[in-house]
Amino acid sequence: MDIFRALKSYYWQDKGFLWGSVVGLAIATALGLVYPLLLKTLIDDMIVPGKYEGVLQLSLVAVGIIIVKAGFQYVHGFSGGRLGNRLAYRLRNGCYEKLQQLSFSFYDKARTGDLMSRLTADIEGMRNFIGFGFAQLLNTGFLLIFGFMMMFFIDWKLTVMTFAMIPVLAYVAIRFEQNIHPVFRSIRSAVGRLTVRVQENITGVRTVKSFAREPFEINKFVKENVDYRDNHLQLAVVWAKYFPVIEFIANLSVAALLLVGGWRVIDGSLSLGDLVALSGMLGLIVAPLWTLGFQINNYTQSKASGERLLELLNQPISVKNTKNSLELDTNAVQGHIRFEDVSFRYTNRDELPSALLGFNLDAPAGAVIGLLGGTGSGKSTAVGLLLRAYDVGEGSVTLDGVDVRHIELASLRSQISIVFQESFLFSTTIKENISYGFPDATQEEIEEAARLAQADGFIRELPLGYDTIVGERGMGLSGGQKQRIAIARALLGKPKILILDDATSALDMETENEIQTAIRQVMVGRTVFMIAHRISTLRRADEIVVLDRGHTIQRGTHERLIRQPGLYRETYRIQYADRPDELDQSSHASEITLVKSAERRVTG
Amino acid sequence: MSRKFVYQDDELIEKPFNWKQVGRLVGFVTPYKSAVTRVVFVMTVFGMLSRLAIPFLMSMAIDKAIHPKDGNSSTSLLVSLVAAMLIMYGMRWWAQKYTIQKTNEIGQKVIFDLRAALFRHIQSLSFRFFDKRPAGSVLVRVTNDVNSLQDMFTNGVVNSAIDIVQLIGITIILLVMEPKLGLAIMITVPLMFIISSALRKKIRMAWQIVRIKQSRINSHLNESIQGIRVTQAYAQEKENIAFFDGMNKSNIRSWNTASALNQLFGPVIEITSAVGTLILLLYGTYLIQSGAMTVGVLVAFITYVGSFWEPITRLGNMYSQLLISMSSAERIFEFMDEKPAVPEKDGAVKLSNLNGDVKLEGVTFGYESDRPALRGVDLEVKAGLSVALVGHTGSGKSTIVNLLCRFYDTVEGRVLLDGIDVKDATIESLRSQIGIVLQDTFIFSGSIRDNIRYGRPDATDAEVEAAARSVRAHEFIVDLPNGYDTEVEERGNALSVGQRQLLSFARALLANPRILVLDEATASIDTETELRIQEALSTLLQGRTSFIVAHRLSTIRHSDLIVVLDHGEIVDQGSHDELMKRPGHYRNLVDAQYRYLSA
Repeated sequence: MDIFRALKSYYWQDKGFLWGSVVGLAIATALGLVYPLLLKTLIDDMIVPGKYEGVLQLSLVAVGIIIVKAGFQYVHGFSGGRLGNRLAYRLRNGCYEKLQQLSFSFYDKARTGDLMSRLTADIEGMRNFIGFGFAQLLNTGFLLIFGFMMMFFIDWKLTVMTFAMIPVLAYVAIRFEQNIHPVFRSIRSAVGRLTVRVQENITGVRTVKSFAREPFEINKFVKENVDYRDNHLQLAVVWAKYFPVIEFIANLSVAALLLVGGWRVIDGSLSLGDLVALSGMLGLIVAPLWTLGFQINNYTQSKASGERLLELLNQPISVKNTKNSLELDTNAVQGHIRFEDVSFRYTNRDELPSALLGFNLDAPAGAVIGLLGGTGSGKSTAVGLLLRAYDVGEGSVTLDGVDVRHIELASLRSQISIVFQESFLFSTTIKENISYGFPDATQEEIEEAARLAQADGFIRELPLGYDTIVGERGMGLSGGQKQRIAIARALLGKPKILILDDATSALDMETENEIQTAIRQVMVGRTVFMIAHRISTLRRADEIVVLDRGHTIQRGTHERLIRQPGLYRETYRIQYADRPDELDQSSHASEITLVKSAERRVTG
Repeated sequence: MSRKFVYQDDELIEKPFNWKQVGRLVGFVTPYKSAVTRVVFVMTVFGMLSRLAIPFLMSMAIDKAIHPKDGNSSTSLLVSLVAAMLIMYGMRWWAQKYTIQKTNEIGQKVIFDLRAALFRHIQSLSFRFFDKRPAGSVLVRVTNDVNSLQDMFTNGVVNSAIDIVQLIGITIILLVMEPKLGLAIMITVPLMFIISSALRKKIRMAWQIVRIKQSRINSHLNESIQGIRVTQAYAQEKENIAFFDGMNKSNIRSWNTASALNQLFGPVIEITSAVGTLILLLYGTYLIQSGAMTVGVLVAFITYVGSFWEPITRLGNMYSQLLISMSSAERIFEFMDEKPAVPEKDGAVKLSNLNGDVKLEGVTFGYESDRPALRGVDLEVKAGLSVALVGHTGSGKSTIVNLLCRFYDTVEGRVLLDGIDVKDATIESLRSQIGIVLQDTFIFSGSIRDNIRYGRPDATDAEVEAAARSVRAHEFIVDLPNGYDTEVEERGNALSVGQRQLLSFARALLANPRILVLDEATASIDTETELRIQEALSTLLQGRTSFIVAHRLSTIRHSDLIVVLDHGEIVDQGSHDELMKRPGHYRNLVDAQYRYLSA
């Protein structure tokens, strides 16, 4: 019950509906008990003595009672429905808000399918139980108490005897609950594994097909499918074991009552009428008991769902605002970034060495910083710390002298635009995708950003232009096209700080250069971080930092770095192996190349 | 009109029923028909028998043993009647246990078969199928849509059979016992039928709207979870929350409507049955009054009429359930009816030991019929050569590769491998001759080792390691906590993009193909590593034909043949040196590279 108490804030404000659901059902059940009494009156007082004049009224009363009962049944159903729906609404909003707040480190290990099933299937489980299951369980309880009380007044000895079934029934019910709980758990995870398996197969279908490994994939799938089936069969085994037993125990008490009660009637210590009344009452109590199994089933299922929802709702948020977080004044922000002795280690990957160690950087407003390094060298980590995707382990990152950890998150991030390594487009129009961070942008501003990102041209060629729907369900775009839309999105807000995390890798050299030139124009006086593998992308940076396994191994301008032996010069050599001569005369390199290419163009 | 997110909705299904689909569903139950028959038999014979016998035994106990008319009560008769009741209860216990177990068994097996058939079929479909469909919508078919049939197959089929038997049984009893009263009560059946089917139609529509709203929510959840990093980077959390609130509200509104209607069903049926009760009481007493019927018959009638409405209501619910399930079934069969766009010919040849000669003859192709991606391309590549495909985004580089692997079929022209049209070869043998590293790398959840081994499951650990070494993946792999046995998650989240590319490199290499395709495979690898890979490749490419799609000059330059594409046509080809000697696209491209270095 702790779980339902912990989730109380999601349904308790609707306690009116909760009462409606519980009381409506209780009254409907009570009215159900009246019907047999009417029949008894009909037979004993009218038919047998032959006084037929009251039959019409009695029949109308019976119909009236049925109608009133149906009315209360509806009160129960309606209230339960509303209660459950409102609960589902609040829970889903609550979970969604939580998902929006959870930090990057949570998503590094989260599985999309698992989160989705919490916001769908688990909420469904809660909806059913709080809305209806709870009232039904209470109703069974009421009926038991009420029925036994009535029986007690007729004959307490027989009542006590039949009451003996209750502890047995309770024991069986508890055993059932204990047995079914782990089965539900393993069903949940079997469902999860099956989903993950299919999802992976579909998203990786190109790889599957290119290796012609469909049979292997089918085998993998069949394994999970078998597991899914067997888990459900296990559930059926538990059901088959307990449901009939619960009913049998209840029936046993009916037989016991008949035997002992009948004996006593023969003895003369009990009247026949009393026995009939007692067994009638018992019949009414016993009838709903066979649904007890289902009710326990629902309870257990929703308890498991509640656990999973609470796990999500109570997930700690690693990067968040504090009470004294500073809200930035957009006009006053300069864009001066400093990294001071920054070290960082991914919390969920303790086995790995630090991703960044003793990192220092001073980027005055308007500077262009280039970052170069092998995979896993810490480039993306560094910019992630600036964005507060993660918080630094040691040292500090400051914006205009203020530690970013003291800045209100949204106001910090609205100063920064980042283009991620893998460009993500939402399922909506290109226009909406570009204006994602700035919903108030005008069409002109959007087109301007697209032009800067060299995207305007291809967008216009699309049948619906800026209104073309992209994303998962939309028009298929190439990697380069997606990257350009993502760049346009970043440029739209004219951010104080721009981060390009290997954002031009899928573009050809010419397009990339045009984007670079555009960025230079727009970002005058603003700070730019560029992560790239191409020298051509980096060379115009004011400072280039070369990273290796979290350590800074080289830093300086392009001109300085190509004169030092090291990774940078090595990279340069490889990319421009045709022109080794430039290495030696790099100070004049630019002029010479310009002349050369100019010549070529003339002669060509 | 500005909409933050756009989700396409399924259509409302107006037509009530498609018997053909029902027939197909029944086809999945046919293999288990003897099991179904056994369960229905057990439940009707033993379940019903015990149910009908117990009231009889109880009345016997009262009338004959406890309070007989002649006054000779009998304890021994009471004991034996109670014993008979216990036997009935025991029988019921067994019958129920059997039914629960068997119905679930049948249902789960049917669901298993259906899901396996669907998945198997999806595996046989081509790229075209997947191009137009988001992964989520395919996933939902295999999981949710199949699951929604589960309840119908487990409880639905068997319970409906039992209900029908029960209904027929009670109808006969009522009509035989007292034909006039029986018929009078049957009059309410059409009334109930009319009222309930009107209501049921509304309910069904309301649930369909719920389902549509729900699937929007699912789409948005999926997308917002995957795009969360962008959302947070652009501080759009509040906007998203507001958007979701709107979605959620409209979903709940539809739920409210549907559940209010749904909850109306039971009470309405009950009120309708009150008409039957009225007839029973008034006409029943009239019959007794006129001496045509006894009190005992009336009491029995009351009991039987109670259990007459029960199966009717249940069958009605079952019908609604069936209609909802039919929309799932329809979506499942829609996929099952999809034909592979790249079919395998009867008597297709199995390719083996290819030399690796590749030839394209007048190849024309378009992903969409109005936008050609390749126009009349001719290309001949001798075995063992390395070919670089160069050109702007959308010039048709990847398309050539796609046609070579027969992910798509040409519209015009032929693609030949060693002179054999790829359409004449078995798909499996064709693709196992080609190793391909794609633009977006896919890592399966599992160990690093298994990922590398993906294309050749029988490779030894030493071979896996050798492949990893030659693409320079070994270094970072051994740095991982469990080395080659490190488990990677969904899409390889814990690895950097570059590391993922190295893995897929090792994977392609290990498969030991005759033809190797690198489709922008090195875009996210640092230059130093790329150089090392190329060193390794130069030996590994010996005797293999290779196609490289890339933007970086350093990747392209050493190829034997450079093919320059523009708007779906080959505009130039030759070696680096040859192409540099004449003006054209390629030289402009190379020049551009230096120009941008210096500008």
